[in-house]
Amino acid sequence: MKKLADLLRSNARLTNEQLAVMLGKTKEDVEKEIKQLEDDGIIIGYSAIINEEEYDKNCVTAFIELKVSPQADCGYDEIAQEIAQYPQVDSVYLMSGSFDLSVTIRGTNLREVALFVSDCLAPIEGVLSTTTHFILRRFKEKGTEFPERSNDERSLVSP
Amino acid sequence: MIEYENILSEKVKSIKFSGIRKFFDIAASMDNIISLSVGEPDFKTPFTIRKAAIRTLEKGKTAYTANAGMAELRQEISGYLKDRINVEYDPAHEIIVTVGGSEAIDVSFRAILNDGDEVLIPEPSFVCYAPLVTMAGGVPVTIETKAENLFKLTPEQLLEKITPKTKALVLPYPNNPTGAVMRRSELEAIADVLRERSIMVISDEIYSELTFGGERHVSISEIDGMKERTIVINGFSKAFAMTGWRLGYAAGPAPIMLQMLKLHQYGIMCSPTVSQYAAITALRECRSDVEYMVSEYDMRRRLIVDGFNRMGLPCFEPEGAFYVFPCIKSTGLTSQEFCQRLIYEKQVAVVPGDAFGDCGEGFIRVSYAYSISHITTALSRIKEFIDELNG
Repeated sequence: MKKLADLLRSNARLTNEQLAVMLGKTKEDVEKEIKQLEDDGIIIGYSAIINEEEYDKNCVTAFIELKVSPQADCGYDEIAQEIAQYPQVDSVYLMSGSFDLSVTIRGTNLREVALFVSDCLAPIEGVLSTTTHFILRRFKEKGTEFPERSNDERSLVSP
Repeated sequence: MIEYENILSEKVKSIKFSGIRKFFDIAASMDNIISLSVGEPDFKTPFTIRKAAIRTLEKGKTAYTANAGMAELRQEISGYLKDRINVEYDPAHEIIVTVGGSEAIDVSFRAILNDGDEVLIPEPSFVCYAPLVTMAGGVPVTIETKAENLFKLTPEQLLEKITPKTKALVLPYPNNPTGAVMRRSELEAIADVLRERSIMVISDEIYSELTFGGERHVSISEIDGMKERTIVINGFSKAFAMTGWRLGYAAGPAPIMLQMLKLHQYGIMCSPTVSQYAAITALRECRSDVEYMVSEYDMRRRLIVDGFNRMGLPCFEPEGAFYVFPCIKSTGLTSQEFCQRLIYEKQVAVVPGDAFGDCGEGFIRVSYAYSISHITTALSRIKEFIDELNG
């Protein structure tokens, strides 16, 4: 199952038939294993790796470091879950180190992201401080280099 | 005015350019080609190896090494061969580090051949053997392996071609272009033919790490009585994705290696120093990178074999290297026609099988040293081509 998950991680568009052939299994086995991975909450979704800035020149992605005071009964969970509700939010992680929550936000322009931080995140009770970092350029995303190396440097035909 | 025709060596003029070259010219003249024709890994050299090489440059390690290669590297190669094929080679006298496997093949022939000596070459196979034999004064003798034998060499075919002049047999397995592998029992049968004769084996095992299907690669040198009559050729290009570093080696009997060393010494001096350092790191630290690449190739191999069989181009399951060799006879086209039409009509480049010997006619060589998405796109274009042919 590990190989199956690895294959899907790098290319989720492979058909069950292709996966079966590559893994030397039957299509039915693959279907069953994928269902198992989904049921177990190992695979929680499928997505494309999009070159966001190429797709929309104005698009802005930011990493926001939040310092948060944990709540007595539930620690960081409640605040983290509240933040996760916003559709602009791509990811929320509880972090070790000098801050507590890491939040990734994607917006259609700089102002939208800045306003989201000041209007939606900063006022949340328990949020002590925010630091916003904007992505300037992407070099690698989910194991894929940006911009994807389009030129194979090998010669077209070789013995 | 100087007449170059009179200047040039008659022997060199008699050698033809590889059939692959013509095809390369067509591909190079076109845009948007999807190529499945490359004979080298798509992986970059593992970063650990590249970093190690950079470090040696920073430290200024740029001098010549010993002619036979750095002692440290030969020691590592010796350990590697012991580990992989369970044969002991003395690093001091039985191993020479060369500029790629190709140089090792060249100096092997030149060290053993006298004018008129015959060298048996199973085909289809890599394009360098016959020309190098010719240049060394030998006579290449082709053995045509057959699809029904999965392109393996059989003892019967071997016996048929042995004459009093036979000096050597080239054993190019895992095979480029067919992907065929000789398993232990098949090598035993070949060894039975050779053991009582004075015939050397040039065992080109450059694809040895790329052996699939559970059983490990077996070298003929590990079969009883064969070490003394075998020169093992291997290198770093395919296994460690190090083609551009030009580093290979030969391992064999000391008296032959001694003569090979003369040729290597006068012609080359020593292999590139930076590459030798990189190779030490490769052998010491990068076995798991090799495992990863091999398992990737294995998945692509299954995918591509299945793809060809589905579109009606029968393709036996290759057990090694990174090529498949589907039969295209059902299309009624020759290999050359098939490949030219495929590149002009669908912009997919594959290599006609006859480039690897006449008996490769009716087949094409397809490399799967490409990403999965590249392979699936190319396969769907080839399928369109076949569907249109079938009308």
